Amino acid sequence: MLLTVTDLRKTYATADGPFDVLRGVDLTLDAGETLALTGESGSGKSTLLHLIGGLDAPDGGRIVLDGTDLATLDDTGRAAVRRGTVGVVFQQFNLIPSLKIADNIAFQARLAGRYDAAWCQTLADRMGLVSQLNKYPEQLSGGQQQRVAIARTLAPRPKLVLADEPTGNLDEATAANVLALMLELVADTGAGLLMVTHSDRLAGQMQHRLHLALGQIAGPVA
Amino acid sequence: MNVKALLLCLLPLSASAQGFAGLGGDADGFSIPQPDPQFSFPADHGAHPDYRIEWWYVTANLTGPDGTPYGLQWTLFRSALAPQTQEGWDDPQLWMGHAAVTTPDAHYVAERLARGGIGQAGVTATPFSAWIDDWLFDGIDSGTLRATGADFAYDMQLTAQGPLVAQGIDGYSVKSASGQASYYYSQPFYEVAGTLTLPDGPVAVTGTAWLDREWSSQPLADNQTGWDWFSLNFDDGARMMGFRLRQTDGENYTSATWIAPDGTPTPYADGALTATPLEESQVGPRTVPTTWRVELPAQGVDVTVAAVNTQAWMDTSVPYWEGPVTIDGTRSGVGYLEMTGYE
Amino acid sequence: MTRTVFSALLSHWWRNPLQLFTLLAGLALATALWSGVQAINAEAAASYDAAAATLGEGSYDQLTRSDGQPMDQATYVALRRAGWLVSPVVEGRLDGVRIVGLDPLTAPGGLGPVEVTEGADIGQFLSGQGQVFGRADALAALPDGPAQVDSPDVAPGTVITDIGVAQRLLDRPGQIDRLIVAPVQPVTQAPLDTIAPDLTRQVAQSGSDVGRLTDSFHLNLTAFGLLSFAVGIFIVNGAIGLAFEQRRPVVRTLRALGVPLRRLMVLMAAELAVLALVAGAVGVALGYVVASLLLPDVAATLQGLYGATVSGELQLRPSWWLSGLGVALGGTAMAAAAAFWRLAHLPLLAGAAPRALTMAAGRSARVQGALAAVLLVAAGVLALTAGSLTAGFALLATLLIGAALALPLILDRVLALAERLSTGVRARWFWADTRQQLPGLSLALAALLLAMAANVGVSTMVSSFRLTFTGFLDQRLASELYVTAEDAAQADALQTWLAPRVRAVLPIQSAPAEVAGLPTEVFGARDDATYRDNWALLSSSPDAWDAVAGGTAILINEQLSRRSGLAVGDVVPLVGRDFTIVGVYGDYGNPIGQVFMTEDAFLTLYPDVTPLQFGLRLPSAGVPALQQALADDVGLPPTAVIDQAGIKQFSLDVFNRTFTVTTALNILTLTVAGFAILMSLLTLAALRVPQLAPAWAMGLTRRELGLLELIRAVLLAVLTAAVALPLGLALAWALLAIVNVAAFGWRLPMFLFPLDYLRLGGFALVAAALAALWPAWRLARTPPADLLKVFSNER
Repeated sequence: MLLTVTDLRKTYATADGPFDVLRGVDLTLDAGETLALTGESGSGKSTLLHLIGGLDAPDGGRIVLDGTDLATLDDTGRAAVRRGTVGVVFQQFNLIPSLKIADNIAFQARLAGRYDAAWCQTLADRMGLVSQLNKYPEQLSGGQQQRVAIARTLAPRPKLVLADEPTGNLDEATAANVLALMLELVADTGAGLLMVTHSDRLAGQMQHRLHLALGQIAGPVA
Repeated sequence: MNVKALLLCLLPLSASAQGFAGLGGDADGFSIPQPDPQFSFPADHGAHPDYRIEWWYVTANLTGPDGTPYGLQWTLFRSALAPQTQEGWDDPQLWMGHAAVTTPDAHYVAERLARGGIGQAGVTATPFSAWIDDWLFDGIDSGTLRATGADFAYDMQLTAQGPLVAQGIDGYSVKSASGQASYYYSQPFYEVAGTLTLPDGPVAVTGTAWLDREWSSQPLADNQTGWDWFSLNFDDGARMMGFRLRQTDGENYTSATWIAPDGTPTPYADGALTATPLEESQVGPRTVPTTWRVELPAQGVDVTVAAVNTQAWMDTSVPYWEGPVTIDGTRSGVGYLEMTGYE
Repeated sequence: MTRTVFSALLSHWWRNPLQLFTLLAGLALATALWSGVQAINAEAAASYDAAAATLGEGSYDQLTRSDGQPMDQATYVALRRAGWLVSPVVEGRLDGVRIVGLDPLTAPGGLGPVEVTEGADIGQFLSGQGQVFGRADALAALPDGPAQVDSPDVAPGTVITDIGVAQRLLDRPGQIDRLIVAPVQPVTQAPLDTIAPDLTRQVAQSGSDVGRLTDSFHLNLTAFGLLSFAVGIFIVNGAIGLAFEQRRPVVRTLRALGVPLRRLMVLMAAELAVLALVAGAVGVALGYVVASLLLPDVAATLQGLYGATVSGELQLRPSWWLSGLGVALGGTAMAAAAAFWRLAHLPLLAGAAPRALTMAAGRSARVQGALAAVLLVAAGVLALTAGSLTAGFALLATLLIGAALALPLILDRVLALAERLSTGVRARWFWADTRQQLPGLSLALAALLLAMAANVGVSTMVSSFRLTFTGFLDQRLASELYVTAEDAAQADALQTWLAPRVRAVLPIQSAPAEVAGLPTEVFGARDDATYRDNWALLSSSPDAWDAVAGGTAILINEQLSRRSGLAVGDVVPLVGRDFTIVGVYGDYGNPIGQVFMTEDAFLTLYPDVTPLQFGLRLPSAGVPALQQALADDVGLPPTAVIDQAGIKQFSLDVFNRTFTVTTALNILTLTVAGFAILMSLLTLAALRVPQLAPAWAMGLTRRELGLLELIRAVLLAVLTAAVALPLGLALAWALLAIVNVAAFGWRLPMFLFPLDYLRLGGFALVAAALAALWPAWRLARTPPADLLKVFSNER
């Protein structure tokens, strides 16, 4: 199993006292599988994604990713997981504005020490970014920028791709296009994909689907 | 530019800086001692500005009221930049005074520097007077000897009890196999009395003193690194002067004069005298032989010469060891030891 | 990974070269100001050291003749032969070069700064031909003669040679000016008065006279140096804050992509260190330029004011440029500490939008207010009690830091008041918005405050000094003409010749003495209306001048009064006679105490002193004719006759030089402060868009918004200036009334220069406006799309 999440808990301190965002979440995902995570705003889906991606530490429960228990890792270890095992596609594209598109695509692969020029070229090609490689992010449209972010995430061939409303900032037509490309490429790399979305239509394109409500899995949705 | 550096350039005593070869080369314009000198006194008690280097060197073995042995040194060196003299600051004659008092456990040293030409230092023959600043030696036959330092002073009266003694061959003292030589005579028969002013107070002392007069322009050979010089007063009234010039090849050049109680000298050429270090002492950072075996078989001399105070180091611009010694063996007595080239 | 991250960090600068420039320029400017001032001070200090080393001044006791005349060489020999370890010095000027003749055989310090390795040949030095050591420019000015040895360690304008050579060059055979007394003397020696009764022993001073005299000038420079450093730190802080603020999103992205925080911090620190070194190097070079441009003026000022010779040429001293780089690095580290702290605590997941700068939390504002209050109260206490130099500087520090801390709070209260009083909604918004911006600008405004206060303070001090000093010169230089005779015989002849030709001949004669254990100069003056009419007494008993004329009373100068505690009515013994003090007079610029008595009383005390200098009173119209006659009939060389107008003109020239330096430094500090404002506004600019967008949406045009931004900057500068003026005056008061008294013994009256302050305020406003112009212009040209984005989800 690529990912096993058991009884995951997370609490935030707020002005009105502690708030339990996650109250015991269980899920599993295997390589090559795709899973959509839906839920209302505040249901905890982004938090779940961040915990799995090693961006934050849980207060209880276990996350075993590719055989490693994330709880045993310190900040540096989690940074290594982010660098090598998982790739995260954010709602905000989080490109590095001072680097050219080509360098942005290659960036995470270089960080992970797994830069493969031919693969990066393939990604740029498939994402339709070949004519944009010498431009800077600010010169690209939102859809183009998100395609760059997806290419960057896939460049080091992560075992697990996490996507947090990757098309939330895009119009519907662009969103469909981008998502299709992402699914296609993820399938090609054989990675697992966990995507947070509030769109039923997008969630419908995934193999599995879980609904999160009040910090718990409310059950698979047909 | 400090004075020490300056003197190292000037004085032939500066064995360490240049080896004693510093002035061993050609003597530009200076006169050179010739054999068979005819000294003319009192004129020759005065300065000889046409020779490069000259000294008036008094050492004394003294005894305090409680029997404590003391040593005393009064030296005036003359060093010429050019073989002439003139009035004023441009006089090329430079003067250096060294004074010391040695007790069994202390050694006091002072040094003065001056230029000729303005009256601050000099030597006149008639009436005889040798001075630098307030230091004075004013009588070959009898007179005053005084000096002051930061922590000592002395004021002595000297009276000669015997004749002047010519060293070497009638005053021509050969210093090396290659013929370097100096003019050299002594007055080894002074009786002394006076007062030492020491940090603990004045001390009345009496004893004997010895004057050496020497001048030359090239006293040492290229291969000589320093000397060990002895002036010995034996209890029976006889005196002996001996020196050993050390050479770079490990050999020595020695010379000695036996002085009978009536002042009759008998010179001994190279090889007659043997001086062998028996014990060495650590003096500051250096090691210096402070007990010697001195042999002059021709006069039946085989004595051990030991320093009264092994730490009699002259920490002056040109440093050397100079201090009183006691003599034991076939004869006994007191004397002075000077050693250069150990720095 | 390191290379990848580094390239990402550095790429920011290539994409934003202007930011890189401002960061480097800010750092470089701060370093330049600091190191420029340091360079000038270091050069001057090195010059004094060389002078002190040459002359043994300060470090050794000296013997001179009581009447100031040279002594005979025989006196020297007599002293040596009596056991006195003294060394002769003769000195004089030849073709404008000071020639110092020493005897290296007896001088306790040998040849002072001359190194034996530099080509000294002692044989040549001592005998006949001689050798002369000096800097190249001094050597070049000498006529042909003894061999010259270039020796950069010798004091500027001075050459050192053997005493025999010096006597020959100066044509003074057999003469000696003074004797240096070796610190260790023999146990027995004859008393001085039995050998040379006409000699006086002057006790060594802890610092050289020249050094103490010029301290006042260096105090100004050092104050400027410190203040410019403080201003510089503000600027660097602003520049680094900007750089970090703008890269905050990138930092988040990098961390999200798996770069460990520690490595990121190390890399950013390394990046900053490299930038600091580059900027520091540029700054040191700039500082060198600043210093070399100002140094000739500084040197001329010091020479003119105090006769201290400072080389007009700057030497690159390793200690100086190393400290410049150190300041750049250290300043950067100090300024970056806060930015790094924030970076380390930056939450990984918070929204990637730049954090909005909001009004500082109430608690930290209260802490800051309390600290400011404590410091200002401490300053108040120190102002009343401070008596030492240290306390004086502590006063300056508490005053400045307290005021800088208090500034944002004061401005906040003022703006809140304005907000409450304003009626229109637009005005209210303007005031509230200005107030909201205050925390982001407070550092820059504090820098502006310090720069302005320093300018007000230092220029008030310098101007007050000038007014006092020129007024004092008017009193002191009452005589129309001053003549100097070569010897006593000429002086006698001169007096006889002058008597029928002028209204009065006033001999200028003095003798060294000791009063209350302090080195003091006794001045004997001929009873003349000149003194009564012109000398202002700071305090006196009634009929003081008549009492002085009576011969039993004296006047003393202010520094003697302050140092010894002597006041009007006290009795002072001098050479066995008692004198009553009847007055205290101002004597600015004189390092030592002075006693003023009549000529008759003076001559009974010091019968051997022969005056060689005379002041002449005559109608000013007759001055040129008399000058001509002195040259033609008496044969006095032109240098021996000085007219009063010439001296005054010279003094004014000196002050003008001082002002050149002060003005240049003023402008530089203001420039730096303006730069700090620019930095801060640029930092804020990105944050301003979301704050301004609602105002734009509600109908203010972008042009209006830009204009308001400009007005806001000028307004804040005006408010800061309003605080800076009293602060600057307080600073000036502290410098004049406390630091000066502690350091030099006299208190300068404080004058106000409202026009200067107005001009300075104008400069400050222009600086602020210039700094705000570009950010405002950028704001006015913000594409509407950017403003619209604020309302969309994309930010």
